[in-house]
Amino acid sequence: MAILQAINPTLTAGWHRPDARDLTRDTGWRLKDYEARDGYQALRRLFGDKLTQDQVIAEVKASALRGRGGAGFPTGLKWSFMPKNCSGDKYIVCNTDEGEPGTFKDRDLIRLDPHAVIEGMIIAGFAMGATRGYNYIHGEVFELYQRFEEAIEEARAAGYLGKNILGSGFDFDLFAHQGWGAYICGEETALLESIEGKKGQPRYKPPFPANVGLYGRPTTINNTESLASIPYILRRGGQAFLDLGKPNNGGTKLFSVSGHVNKPGNYEVPMGTPFAKLLEMCGGMRGGRKLKAVIPGGSSAPVLPGDVMMECTLDYDSIAQAGSMLGSGAVIVMDETVCMVKALERLSWFYYEESCGQCTPCREGTGWLYKVIHRIEHGRGRPEDLELLDDVAKKIMGRTICALGDAAALPVISFVKHFRSEFEYHVEHKKCLVPLDVQKAGSTFHTRLMAGATC
Amino acid sequence: MLSEATLQSIDREVAKYPADQSQSAVMAALRLAQAERGWLADETIAFVAKYLGMPEMAAYEVASFYNMYDRAPVGKHKITVCTNLPCALSGGVHAADYLKQKLGIDFNETTPDGRFTLKEGECMGACGDAPVMLVNSVHMRCFMTPEEIDRLLEECK
Amino acid sequence: MLELEIDGKPLQVAEGSTVIEAAHAAGITIPHFCYHKKLSIAANCRMCLVQVEKVSKPMPACATPVANGMKVFTHSELAAKAQRDVMEFLLINHPLDCPICDQGGECQLQDLAVGYGGTAARFQEEKRVVPNKNFGPLVSSDMTRCINCTRCVRFTQEIAGLMELGQAFRGDRAEIMTFVERTIDSEISGNIIDLCPVGALTSKPFRFAARTWELSRRKSVSPHDALGSNLVVQVLHNQVKRVLPLENEAINECWLSDKERFSYEGLNSQGDDGRLVKPMVKQGGAWKEVDWNVALDYAAHALRDVAKNQGADALGALVSPHATLEEMALAGKLLRGLGSDNIDFRLRQNDFSLDGQRNGTPWLGMKIADIGALDRVLVVGSFLRKDHPLIAQRLRQSAKKGAQISVLHAAADDLYIKLFAQAIAAPAQLPGLLAEVVKAVAQARNAPLGAEFEKVGAGGTASAVSTANMETARKIAASLVAGQNAGILLGNFAQQHPQAATLQRLAQQLAILLGAKYGFIGEAANSVGGHVARACPQQGGRNAARLVAEPRKAYLVLGAEPELDCADGAAALAALKQAASVIVLSPFKSAAALEYADCLLPVSPFTETSGTFVNTEGRVQSFYAAAQPLGETRPAWKVLRVLGNLLEQAGFDYETSEQVRDEVLGGKPEFVAGLDNAVKAGALDLSSSSSGIQRIAEVPIHFADPLARRAPSLQATQDAAAPTVRMNAALLAKLGIGDGQSVKVGAGGTALIAQLDAGVPDDCVRIAAAHASTVALGPLSGCLQVERA
Ligand SMILES: Cc1cc2nc3c(=O)[nH]c(=O)nc-3n(C[C@H](O)[C@H](O)[C@H](O)COP(=O)(O)O)c2cc1C
Ligand code: SF4
Ligand code: FES
Repeated sequence: MAILQAINPTLTAGWHRPDARDLTRDTGWRLKDYEARDGYQALRRLFGDKLTQDQVIAEVKASALRGRGGAGFPTGLKWSFMPKNCSGDKYIVCNTDEGEPGTFKDRDLIRLDPHAVIEGMIIAGFAMGATRGYNYIHGEVFELYQRFEEAIEEARAAGYLGKNILGSGFDFDLFAHQGWGAYICGEETALLESIEGKKGQPRYKPPFPANVGLYGRPTTINNTESLASIPYILRRGGQAFLDLGKPNNGGTKLFSVSGHVNKPGNYEVPMGTPFAKLLEMCGGMRGGRKLKAVIPGGSSAPVLPGDVMMECTLDYDSIAQAGSMLGSGAVIVMDETVCMVKALERLSWFYYEESCGQCTPCREGTGWLYKVIHRIEHGRGRPEDLELLDDVAKKIMGRTICALGDAAALPVISFVKHFRSEFEYHVEHKKCLVPLDVQKAGSTFHTRLMAGATC
Repeated sequence: MLSEATLQSIDREVAKYPADQSQSAVMAALRLAQAERGWLADETIAFVAKYLGMPEMAAYEVASFYNMYDRAPVGKHKITVCTNLPCALSGGVHAADYLKQKLGIDFNETTPDGRFTLKEGECMGACGDAPVMLVNSVHMRCFMTPEEIDRLLEECK
Repeated sequence: MLELEIDGKPLQVAEGSTVIEAAHAAGITIPHFCYHKKLSIAANCRMCLVQVEKVSKPMPACATPVANGMKVFTHSELAAKAQRDVMEFLLINHPLDCPICDQGGECQLQDLAVGYGGTAARFQEEKRVVPNKNFGPLVSSDMTRCINCTRCVRFTQEIAGLMELGQAFRGDRAEIMTFVERTIDSEISGNIIDLCPVGALTSKPFRFAARTWELSRRKSVSPHDALGSNLVVQVLHNQVKRVLPLENEAINECWLSDKERFSYEGLNSQGDDGRLVKPMVKQGGAWKEVDWNVALDYAAHALRDVAKNQGADALGALVSPHATLEEMALAGKLLRGLGSDNIDFRLRQNDFSLDGQRNGTPWLGMKIADIGALDRVLVVGSFLRKDHPLIAQRLRQSAKKGAQISVLHAAADDLYIKLFAQAIAAPAQLPGLLAEVVKAVAQARNAPLGAEFEKVGAGGTASAVSTANMETARKIAASLVAGQNAGILLGNFAQQHPQAATLQRLAQQLAILLGAKYGFIGEAANSVGGHVARACPQQGGRNAARLVAEPRKAYLVLGAEPELDCADGAAALAALKQAASVIVLSPFKSAAALEYADCLLPVSPFTETSGTFVNTEGRVQSFYAAAQPLGETRPAWKVLRVLGNLLEQAGFDYETSEQVRDEVLGGKPEFVAGLDNAVKAGALDLSSSSSGIQRIAEVPIHFADPLARRAPSLQATQDAAAPTVRMNAALLAKLGIGDGQSVKVGAGGTALIAQLDAGVPDDCVRIAAAHASTVALGPLSGCLQVERA
């Protein structure tokens, strides 16, 4: 972890403790340890210096923090959309639904540093005059949902939550809401529906949550990492955060690296770090094999060929230029053992399975895409299928209520575009271009099983 | 229909939301009901709906939308394996195959002794720890090697 | 106002309009499925995608608010392609079974597919199949055709008030269904058939009866409740095959209750209690079918003989409140021509003490459409949702917009309206309860009240109002006082109450104190028309109650089945049976009529005659026949005219029903003249002396009139379940009966099943009327003996 420390971590500073990943033994996430790491200093500074709401928002704007949930929307700007001086409840919602394949950073944030998220939410609550906050935590990490509730209790007991926080006169309370298996609830309005006790079907926008959100009240939704970045910004100043990254791309960011690298995991690096550097931090390619392709921002981002990716730096602008998206910072690394048709088949199944079923192009189109790709993968492809895939995907794009439609279409378009010959081979020869035994060799599980074969 | 302890837990969930918004607690209430009863029968869903003062159909929509609710009986241990792409790259599918072989069942099947049910899962937000599995919806198991899987099955006796 | 341009056409629309509203207002159609002007916006079908200048993506017109200066293109390349593509998606999993689909010919998907589809089907995968559902006797399902527009779901949630339907599962596995295969029991469920833009939900009674293009269409008016919903009656081979709503925003909007939609089945009923198609006369105890002239001669002689031999006072007429204005008027004229004023149409009412005290014709007291503008509403004595489904619907919407709706009643049925307050009390306490509200309002207004009010309240003796109800009454009063535009509505139960006059006087007093409107939600299609046509005593004749309680020698029965339609069916039956002659004019046979009558004259139901209904707001609605009279049936107004001729009465030479109407109304005004609820002040009867078990009798929605009673599909609904004896747990315990056990009720010991119902007040039983199994119980109100069987 030498490299990590070298780059001045803001989010992961307290993570490198023994037992950190052992749920039953780790205690470093607790309030007293967080406080020992300067925890709740930002909140204290805010009240001590009597900052105004506008000053807090200005600080966040200055940091050039861009939303870590995928869209990269400037957080300070989003906060400034909340109506001021309106009576009645306003809400802050934290999005820990993290269902985007490849993304697993928010899990570590609430596992290892839940109070950072809580502190960030309280500050956000103050800045926007909200009375309540909810953190929506996806069901698969139920153990962490329980931990988060414990952390909330600690914060409440210590006077960081509830009435008249730290004697400031500001009231704010916070609760955790549990998801139970629906990727779509990561979409902010589906998430609000879900908190309201309904199925997670996105709402049409406008109206935007800032005007009509949870229970019809003004609401701001931010990603866990966005909110966890707030304490640092308030403690050290927006400029300090901006300086960690590069212009228009403030701060450090967590990258979740999965797939064919030696050390998959979360890496905090400054925005603008070269991808090659990240790959090196991950211990390089597993088994020394060749890099074939990278999905740089979670499964919804277009795939990039390995060589293109090697030229990119990790920031919103560079990756956009290369034709993909930084998204949630989930870097899925694929080596030469991967059959791109099979990879796409799995992803398109995911979007088919997770489409909420509300709007026509996504409900009907995701199934169509999957069925065609499935056919190709199983040796029943037709020459016209590749045009069909591209065409159907483009008919979904931009026509749906929420961005899941685009998320389902982009992988299809990009896989077929960059790896067309593999698809053509499949159609023509009714089998994978990458031989099956080569594919198996990519899986550590498989090689391990072969080595000590028990069954 | 549900135990006093479960009802108390539901009441605690209800208290998290504004006074006239008890429907917000339906996801938690269904989860708690499932934990107590093993699965969600229609009567259980109806009970929860009534308890929270919401239309039964609205509760059913929720129970059928989120895929961690079991609307049919499952084995004592439900193992959900993530086979999504990032996990698959590190053996998620192979781990599932291994489980299928050991238990002699396919996805969505239950062993004849009623002990295990196998489910295919979508991304659990733990792709760096692949292969990843979820036991009874609440316990996550990471880095599942063949040996680890053997151990898990042993623990679940 | 906002300015925009659609397809180059400059328009002005109100702030807050959406693009599709703007387009529709300008007569520009934008294809759509999920959008419906009465439902919330879902924006899920994506069919209405249009191009908006400076926006790169196509926008859904249904959900896009108009911005000033916006330029919209509905037919541009971008828009047309988006619409075509959506259509392709909609069709890939659609069965394309138009030739065997009941929606064929009136299917929005079919219509649009012709315009937008057209590309060869490129979807070569297996199509989705969705299992059908049993939604009950009215709505048929073919769920594979469903396009998940969720109009039906939103209808049950938003308009019907209870989410009976939902969209379960997700993705393309999404299915519209009820919870655990329940039937849809809403009293306005049939509207989802109209709303469904494809053939997924169709009419079960109409199933395969005809293709829509074969049907001829006639406008008509509903003969059931007092709303007077506008109808389109569809006919094939002279038989009514289907009834649909005719949109009229001022009355039924675009809805119909199920009764209005499906009662037409009764028009085609056959058998022992089906349509009467030949005149019949009883001779020597045996019925004989005879020619019209024989039957008419018989009837004329019978009436004349009784009048001559026993005096005109020996004659009486019981007229259905569902009869047309013309029929009512001629019946009255005929009877008065014979010298009798013994006629009434208010068959289920009990308290006639206000006759002669009224300033004018009792009515709703406001326009139907004005109900939606009230910010405070007090509904007194009404089974509102079942008695007046579409008025309940209007109040449901206004409650959502913030109106405070309160209820005083004897039954705690869920109205699916967000109520402000509700007080439930035994029938005899209802006047005291309303008086509490009056008192509290008077106090708030600092207005003096009459001495009789001193008896009201905690210290008084007359009122047995419970403390909880007293509190609710005060809460309601406070709500009413704080309103700007309050209304008090008296329902069927209040009108049928033995102290109806007191309830009205109290309502009047309340209205005066509040500066509010008050009125009656009429019981039947012609509850207002009956007064206008003078089908009730004008010179001290016998009213409906006396016509039954003081049996006459001869009766003329017009369209009614008195054993089911009168306040005391048992007494009515007895009265008719003892009469020397009973002349029945009816579209239907019945076992009872075959027993008590001696002359049955087949007259037209509303679809086979022209006529007029005056609805509860006083609106005059005339209609023509939609079909030829069945068999030898004749319009009743013609039959009465001929009887008038045969009896040599003057002024019976009408050639058309319009002439009758014009004579009664002095032309064809939009609203009748003389609408006025005011009554002269008089004594209030605030006694609530009742000992014993009080009966609460509702008239179940599908038993309320002879036509609905004969519609098999309606009779198969939950609403037509056999009457039970509903009571609360306390009474069950007191009587030592269990829920579901058999009990003996009334002097005759009628056997019925007891049912636990926490909403029934103490010491009351709720037993439905207008049903063969409860006729023997006698009056709708009063006390009843109940014991375990
Ligand atoms: C299908 C879909 C899934 C999403 N999933 C997530 C998620 O898991 N976590 C998240 O923070 N944002 C997710 N988003 C983005 C959110 O809608 C939203 O933009 C984000 O939470 C805003 O937070 P930020 O501004 O801090 O990034 C998703 C969006 C879509 C369309
Ligand atoms: S795009 Fe898909 S997930 Fe999003 S609203 Fe439409 S159907 Fe639902
Ligand atoms: S892909 Fe398996 S946990 Fe993410």
